[in-house]
Amino acid sequence: MENKEIVIKVNDFLIDEFEIEESQLVPEASLKDTLEIDSLDYVDLVVIIEKNFGFKVQGEDFAGIKTLQDFYDYIIKHAQAN
Amino acid sequence: MNRVVITGMGIYSTIGKNIEEVNKSLYVGASGIGFEQLRKDMGFRSGLTGIIEHPELKGKLKRRQRVGMAEQGEYAYIATVEALAQANIDEDFLEKNDVGILYGNDSSAKSIVNSYDVLKEKKDTALLGSGAIFQSMNSTITMNLSTIFKLKGINLTVSAACASGSHSIGLGYHLIKSGLQNAIICGGGQEINYQSMGSFDGLGAFSIREDQPTKASRPFDRDRDGLVPSGGAATVILESYESAKKRGAHIIAEVIGYGFSSNGDHISVPNVEGPAKSLEAALKDAKVKAAQIDYINAHATATPVGDLNEAQAISKVFGKKTPYVSSTKSMTGHEMWMGGASEIIYSVLMMQNSYVAPNINFENPDEYSAKLNIATETIKNHNIDLFLSNSFGFGGTNSSLIVKKTQ
Repeated sequence: MENKEIVIKVNDFLIDEFEIEESQLVPEASLKDTLEIDSLDYVDLVVIIEKNFGFKVQGEDFAGIKTLQDFYDYIIKHAQAN
Repeated sequence: MNRVVITGMGIYSTIGKNIEEVNKSLYVGASGIGFEQLRKDMGFRSGLTGIIEHPELKGKLKRRQRVGMAEQGEYAYIATVEALAQANIDEDFLEKNDVGILYGNDSSAKSIVNSYDVLKEKKDTALLGSGAIFQSMNSTITMNLSTIFKLKGINLTVSAACASGSHSIGLGYHLIKSGLQNAIICGGGQEINYQSMGSFDGLGAFSIREDQPTKASRPFDRDRDGLVPSGGAATVILESYESAKKRGAHIIAEVIGYGFSSNGDHISVPNVEGPAKSLEAALKDAKVKAAQIDYINAHATATPVGDLNEAQAISKVFGKKTPYVSSTKSMTGHEMWMGGASEIIYSVLMMQNSYVAPNINFENPDEYSAKLNIATETIKNHNIDLFLSNSFGFGGTNSSLIVKKTQ
């Protein structure tokens, strides 16, 4: 899967499943403060990532993911490894 | 002691998605029962069930508010929005007052089954999602609604089988009567899905009149062959008379009596003494005589033994001359955890509009139902100043409520 495709897929589920406005999806957006993803949402992100990209996130991995760009990078890295 | 009044009602049921639709259905004796092939495919003895459309809450509630909600919670949300609007209770009132919630619910099976299916396939609890736990607990309705409406009073689920909704109103009545609370959202919710009903179907207690779904629920009729499972949600706003007057709310009716008892007997087979005791306790609490009751909304679910024993209990308390009796379950099916609350709403609608809804499908009495004055068709222009509503459940839990018209 191309990096661009991954970014589109991530944006799609953030818009569809998490009901985040498309205009908020800028690379520097903070997952917590701007996109308002809370601790329970991370549980659902694990499920959605497994469904869309076929790999399982370890809960502690989220600790280093602060911005949307961090999130893209994380998914790209693991999706490619997978 | 405070007087306890009803200031709002809301409902989402198989015979209507709001108060107005339900009132029309009750008046004409419409049935909410149908046949679901999926149940037969899953090995059910009966494919009969109440039919309900799932509400779409996307756009009405945020994602976080929806993901922890089981289907009966969705019904309860719709019913509660309607009830709060009728009571003229807004966000500001909920913010400034300790409004409570006491809601009847006694299962949330579908979400548990769904989680188990995922677990069996994935063997990883991290893939169950964040909503599963909040959907699967018995208190799913109260935990979700108390969060959505930002409630600050009592927050409690009442689980008492098919008397859950009735007990929630009875307990709310006592908390307000004693001055511990001023306003409480009471009610009952019931999921409608095969996952929650397989084990009940396995008891052989459901009607198998599958070729005539709308004729299948036949409370008190000689040829009844079992109940039809159903559901939805019903919300009643209880408030102290003083609180309602102070804020100029329209008072719909007054709850004046709550009787309860436990059979101390068989887990599923009801008896006569327990229900009779509950009826008598409600009359005593309301300080009214049996002869003053204008209408009885019977529990009668259309099981052979249950109806037989309730008919005897009513006769025991009311004697040879009973007021009009009907079981609205003939139209709705058995709404179980919801039934005790919805049947208060059905009866209040009859009281407000001066009619008795028919006990449809009552064609031939049995030895005991012959002694009751059963409304076989809509009784028009019938004034109801006082009604009594019965609810009984597995384990022998009984609840009877008496409601009075307010002028």
